[in-house]
Amino acid sequence: MSVVHVKINGIPVEVEAGSSVLAAATAAGVKIPTLCYHEDIKPTASCGLCIVKMEGSPKIQRACASPVQEGASYITDDPELFQARKTVIELILSTHPADCLTCIRNQNCELQKLAADFGIREIPFDARVKRLPKDESSPSIILEPTKCIKCGRCVEVCQDLQGVYALEYVGRGDGSQMQPACNLPLNDSPCVKCGQCAAHCPVGAIYERDDTELVRQAINDPAKTVVVNIAPSVRVGIGEEFGMGDGALTVGKLYTGLRQLGFDKVFDTNFAADLTIMEEGSELVHRLTHGGVLPQLTSCCPAWTDYMEKYYPDMIPNFSSAKSPMQMQGPITKTYWAQKAGIDPATIVNVAVMPCTAKKFEIGRDENMSASGYKDTDISITTRELARMFKAKGIDLSVLPESDVDDPIGEYSGAGTIFGNTGGVMEAAIRTAYWAVTGKELEGVDVDAVRGPEGIKTATIKAGDLDLKVAIVSGLGNVKTVLEEVRKARAEGKEPPYHFIEVMACKGGCISGGGQPYASSTPNRAARTAGLYADDKRSAVRCSHQNPSIKKIYDEFLGAPLSEKSEELLHTKYHQRPIYQ
Amino acid sequence: MSEREELKFSDSLMAFINEWKEKPGNLIMVLHKVQGEVGYISREAAEKVSQLLDIPLAKVWGVVTFYHFFKLTKPGEHNIAVCLGTACYLKGGDKVVEAINKELGIDVGQVTEDGKFSLEAVRCVGCCGLAPVMTISGEVFGKLTKEAVPGILAKFA
Repeated sequence: MSVVHVKINGIPVEVEAGSSVLAAATAAGVKIPTLCYHEDIKPTASCGLCIVKMEGSPKIQRACASPVQEGASYITDDPELFQARKTVIELILSTHPADCLTCIRNQNCELQKLAADFGIREIPFDARVKRLPKDESSPSIILEPTKCIKCGRCVEVCQDLQGVYALEYVGRGDGSQMQPACNLPLNDSPCVKCGQCAAHCPVGAIYERDDTELVRQAINDPAKTVVVNIAPSVRVGIGEEFGMGDGALTVGKLYTGLRQLGFDKVFDTNFAADLTIMEEGSELVHRLTHGGVLPQLTSCCPAWTDYMEKYYPDMIPNFSSAKSPMQMQGPITKTYWAQKAGIDPATIVNVAVMPCTAKKFEIGRDENMSASGYKDTDISITTRELARMFKAKGIDLSVLPESDVDDPIGEYSGAGTIFGNTGGVMEAAIRTAYWAVTGKELEGVDVDAVRGPEGIKTATIKAGDLDLKVAIVSGLGNVKTVLEEVRKARAEGKEPPYHFIEVMACKGGCISGGGQPYASSTPNRAARTAGLYADDKRSAVRCSHQNPSIKKIYDEFLGAPLSEKSEELLHTKYHQRPIYQ
Repeated sequence: MSEREELKFSDSLMAFINEWKEKPGNLIMVLHKVQGEVGYISREAAEKVSQLLDIPLAKVWGVVTFYHFFKLTKPGEHNIAVCLGTACYLKGGDKVVEAINKELGIDVGQVTEDGKFSLEAVRCVGCCGLAPVMTISGEVFGKLTKEAVPGILAKFA
């Protein structure tokens, strides 16, 4: 690596050649205000807030998009730069509705924060706010272009990070709008509902559909038994909304909080994650030993399944038929648990708390999502929505006592909890598949080869005589590289390059899902991932097949993995979908 | 998509697209040719270009809506182009637009219900000495007044 030496406000700093001035400033401990910049995407250089001066140059540069020059000395703040930045904010505010109090991003908005930081008390420009209609066509995501500041983050995320191409800069200049092609509503576009646009939007222009009122109505209805299950990543995300620090593990407090909200029973999606491993792992072993279609692709991420059905329909035979944990928890709740508890499933309202916006779409994706005879999951809310419900009720998660999950569909193994981070499903599957293939338990269950934040990871795992070749992808934009390898081998009649591929749509996995508290950043993803591995480590049972509640449900109800009953309740089918409706 | 009638490009247009298929910067070239042949860039035309060049439809649409040159609606049988360049504007080009608006009930960028006329604003037709100027189906009309507009339109009705 070649190194460049520069000075930031007189502070000498050494950075990799090609680094931006912004990166050099960060390395020097100097914060430059930014708005459109985000570390997950290439700079759009659209807002003009991060302007700096280079000594000896008459030009003002944008720090995010200007590479450092050897020996250069940069000034990040002087009266002229300060005034220019302030003017930029004032100009943006002049075209932005002052609806802060009723905005979903109130107190959590990057523009609002800048206005506060710069102490802007009045806007010297005439207000020029264009009121545009909302796009509420999607079950997951709402576009509110009136609030758009045209930073372009959503478009870059949708196209580059995710490879979806649902959103584009349509029109130009003042009249441009971030929207699908052909003026189509979002729901008719290639959108896979991953919500990464919402997770990266600095303001309230893109956000999740709020279903909290439906949950409140169910809880307030005495005729309903309202049960809830929480996804792995929720437990390491929600604490951030209550000042508990990045990635704080909140399992026991979360259970208590959910009971205080009024849920009748508190279950855990991690139980169903263990169930998913039993089914999906058995399916993999069956494919391996019966000459089935390989590689097997994971199917627990609804944004990924939607993407595959649109962009890679030739991979449908490779897809695991196992439903996602949420959609296994649903039918089990309304059959197995309802029978055990003696409750009419028609009166059960099953709520899932997910780090994900695509889950709102998944619960109604087809008739297989009503395998119990009822809608298996009635309402899916995101981590952010649950945090708002807590706050509205005055529940401070950070001070709650811990409590236990309800039986018999709440107990989980360490393998179930790591479903939330990239590599976690693979590791959980390896722990159980090893046992299924060799009849022996994997020694020291940590599978380091499949851990880490990289967008693409590959590994070969020895299981008896078998060299299990695996690939792990996070961030849909990375899928192409791996699937093209598979396609190429197939076209050439060669052995598939992998046996098993895990895909999670969001960078780093569900911990960074579109419905998690706003925090997309490398350190935050690392902290949440560490939280899940800590939850795994502290678990007495680390493998799905060892979970006593899993053994029990197979003994008492399902029979065996891939049994007729399991197939009926826990498996589904995939179909090609048009990219555009 | 399958229910809609498939748009056919001419052999010469297809040959042009194939020639440009692998070249960088081909999208704008191809869209120019497509508009030349079809008259505008419909959703169907944009989809076909997207497929032929293997460029996501969103990117095609981004380019089409960025450049004013590309039209998204089918032009009328007679396209009226009113010049709003500096000379014509100063000489009352906007009054000409108003007169057409009054006469035909369409604004810039619109087409009459019967598909007879469409109206666009252009930035110069190269005869500033005749300002204000408009062209209808390529025929130039200069030194316009708002009173003259109905008579000229009547010739094309």
